[in-house]
Amino acid sequence: MGIMSKSRKKSPWIVHFDCNSCNGCDIETLACLTPMYDVERFGIVNVGNPKHADVLVVTGSVNNRNVRVLQNIYDQIPEPKAVVAVGACACSGGIFKECYNVLGGIDKVIPVDVYVPGCCPRPEAIIDGIVMAVGKMDEKADQFKKNSRKKTAVGVNSGAGVPDGGSK
Amino acid sequence: MPKTVIPFGPQHPVLPEPLHLKLVMQDEKIIEAIPAIGYVHRGLEKLTELKEFTQNVYVVERICGICSCMHAMAYCQGIETLMNLQIPDRARFLRVIWAELHRIHSHLLWMGLLADSFGFESLFMQIWRNREKVMDIMEETAGSRVIISVNTIGGTRRDISKELLLKTKVILEEIREDMKRIEPVFLNDYTVKHRLVGIGTLTKEDAQRHCAVGPMARASGIAMDFRTTGYSAYGELEFEPIVRTDGDCYARTDVRMQEIYQSINLIEEAIGKLPAGEIAVPFKGNPTGEVISRVEQPRGEVLYYLRANGTKNLERMRVRTPTFANIPTLLQMLPGSELADVPVLILTIDPCISCTER
Repeated sequence: MGIMSKSRKKSPWIVHFDCNSCNGCDIETLACLTPMYDVERFGIVNVGNPKHADVLVVTGSVNNRNVRVLQNIYDQIPEPKAVVAVGACACSGGIFKECYNVLGGIDKVIPVDVYVPGCCPRPEAIIDGIVMAVGKMDEKADQFKKNSRKKTAVGVNSGAGVPDGGSK
Repeated sequence: MPKTVIPFGPQHPVLPEPLHLKLVMQDEKIIEAIPAIGYVHRGLEKLTELKEFTQNVYVVERICGICSCMHAMAYCQGIETLMNLQIPDRARFLRVIWAELHRIHSHLLWMGLLADSFGFESLFMQIWRNREKVMDIMEETAGSRVIISVNTIGGTRRDISKELLLKTKVILEEIREDMKRIEPVFLNDYTVKHRLVGIGTLTKEDAQRHCAVGPMARASGIAMDFRTTGYSAYGELEFEPIVRTDGDCYARTDVRMQEIYQSINLIEEAIGKLPAGEIAVPFKGNPTGEVISRVEQPRGEVLYYLRANGTKNLERMRVRTPTFANIPTLLQMLPGSELADVPVLILTIDPCISCTER
């Protein structure tokens, strides 16, 4: 195991974005960080800067105003990355599906790796989702490596060959 | 000195929610703050017209996850007035117990976030450790941690058994003891005081002019608490609104700290006076007419306007949430303050953006 994949597994950093949520899922995501559930013992740290993060945790559905913000945050996270959709709204739009300003689940905009259902999901379920996302990220890293090696072999700059990052 | 514009949000580490402010700066001082909202707008008021009035209880609960219980309470009270329903005494007291539990959890959550905003990480952790005890009570009594869905038109959906009430009392006593240990850190610590005393002062006149509600108004010397009008079972319980006159961040923290003790006392009193009997009454037919229903939430007073026309769908529902009423006071406080105080100032109004934008 190389140093990169080891550190990714031992300490995945998450960035949390409240897309269109009612706060229920947000406070449960925050509750994961506190002494009762304490995800820091697994090395999971909540950071504010998407450029430092490995996992994007999104709560709530997408609307016409924040769709660009979500896309922006997703683009800023370096490869390999994983997306966890927390709560019924992030998965499918939930109770707000019929609202005029709601486009639906976040998978309409960005590729999602793990869906955590529930309204609101329990902190245990959110932690489980993040752990699953880290597992997926490892597969993606291998794929990323293979792809970039192939591209270098035929003479293309390896940095340009970024995969789409979304295998559902 | 040229002016610079610094964007604050929508994704910012200090707030779990997307609030966007354009701060016009001159050196380190803010001279103007321009809010840009709409990131959490879902169109919920329109949705309530599409759903049946009984289904709407679950929709209004999801206006805000932090004070969901009180949203449902205000909506149910409105519909009950329209249908001339007299809910059982036990249901009225149970509603108060759950509403006050929600207030404790909301205030503790806010205190933790405030501690985090001035960088006192261990205080944040200690407070949230305490909060988990309230969440445990809610899970045991209602089956869910955050959105507890206990209110229904005509009463409550669940009852609390005698053993659980006794257990609740024991846990509340534990919370009180823990808060007594934490209180001196919040109110007497030199560093904490340095970040709170004299910051963001809102005079009584300004608070009145901008129609501040809830702890914002009470910290500026306005004794305005909608619970004193005695809706639900509050008329049979004894309490006085907590008022401070300084109007700064420290006064707001103090008000919320004392309100935690007040809520614990209210729950204990309600448990003592809890009458036996039914928890809900059945109802027939559809509501007609219009009504305004008001409830005191952790952040202030929420106002529901309901208009029904005798069908199972409402004609119009309008919600005025406390954060919406408090945002003008924030825009009053921000100009003239330092950039480093912005997170603390924003947090002291206890913003709930999903409430504001619905």
